Amino acid sequence: MISVRVQPEDFDVGAELAALEGQGGGAVASFTGVVRADDGVEAMTLEHYPGMTEKALTALADEAKVRWPLCGVTVLHRVGMLRAGDRIVFVGTASDHRAAALEACAFLIDRLKTDAPFWKKEHRSKGDSWVEARATDDAAARSWD
Amino acid sequence: MALDILYFAWVRERVGLGAERLDVPAGIVTPLDLAHWLAARGGGYAEAFADPTRLRCALDQDIVPLTADLANAAEIAFFPPVTGG
Repeated sequence: MISVRVQPEDFDVGAELAALEGQGGGAVASFTGVVRADDGVEAMTLEHYPGMTEKALTALADEAKVRWPLCGVTVLHRVGMLRAGDRIVFVGTASDHRAAALEACAFLIDRLKTDAPFWKKEHRSKGDSWVEARATDDAAARSWD
Repeated sequence: MALDILYFAWVRERVGLGAERLDVPAGIVTPLDLAHWLAARGGGYAEAFADPTRLRCALDQDIVPLTADLANAAEIAFFPPVTGG
């Protein structure tokens, strides 16, 4: 089962994990990303490319299923205005054993950061600024090539 | 050739709109050619496309190099390197 969602609403991590636990595997791994209050960030706006975003995330989930024996993949990303402390992204994987679930989960979040068309604009009391891409994220994504 | 051109993040802000359909001259073969042609329109376009090395692009919703062939693409998007997750 592959579930890809792009939405402004928050999500229920417990419900997402329970859905993955119901896929019949023996291992579920997940990553939840939360908006950091870095350097006075009060909120951020997530922009994306409707249509391409869903396509890119589904392609990543498909690739994960080819590389690891997964019985469930969930990729959830929020868009719009988010405040510091809000959940922003969830990646969950289910497999028979832990190694596949853990590795596939790391693969998905590393590659999501470089392959999916999202852009963050940070809002601080002193003004707004677009987040710059980081070389360390590129290196993490390439490590799966 | 009529092409739907989409702009995201600071490219969208500098151009001043999110999408438009333009008739692109026959000599425009790659996204890089198109970026230079758009920059020559001046104003916000010149600001957005001043340094194409800062841009990424997608043809029909697939990320491609700026040197790719536009071929028969219906939609192109220009944007900064992505920063989701």
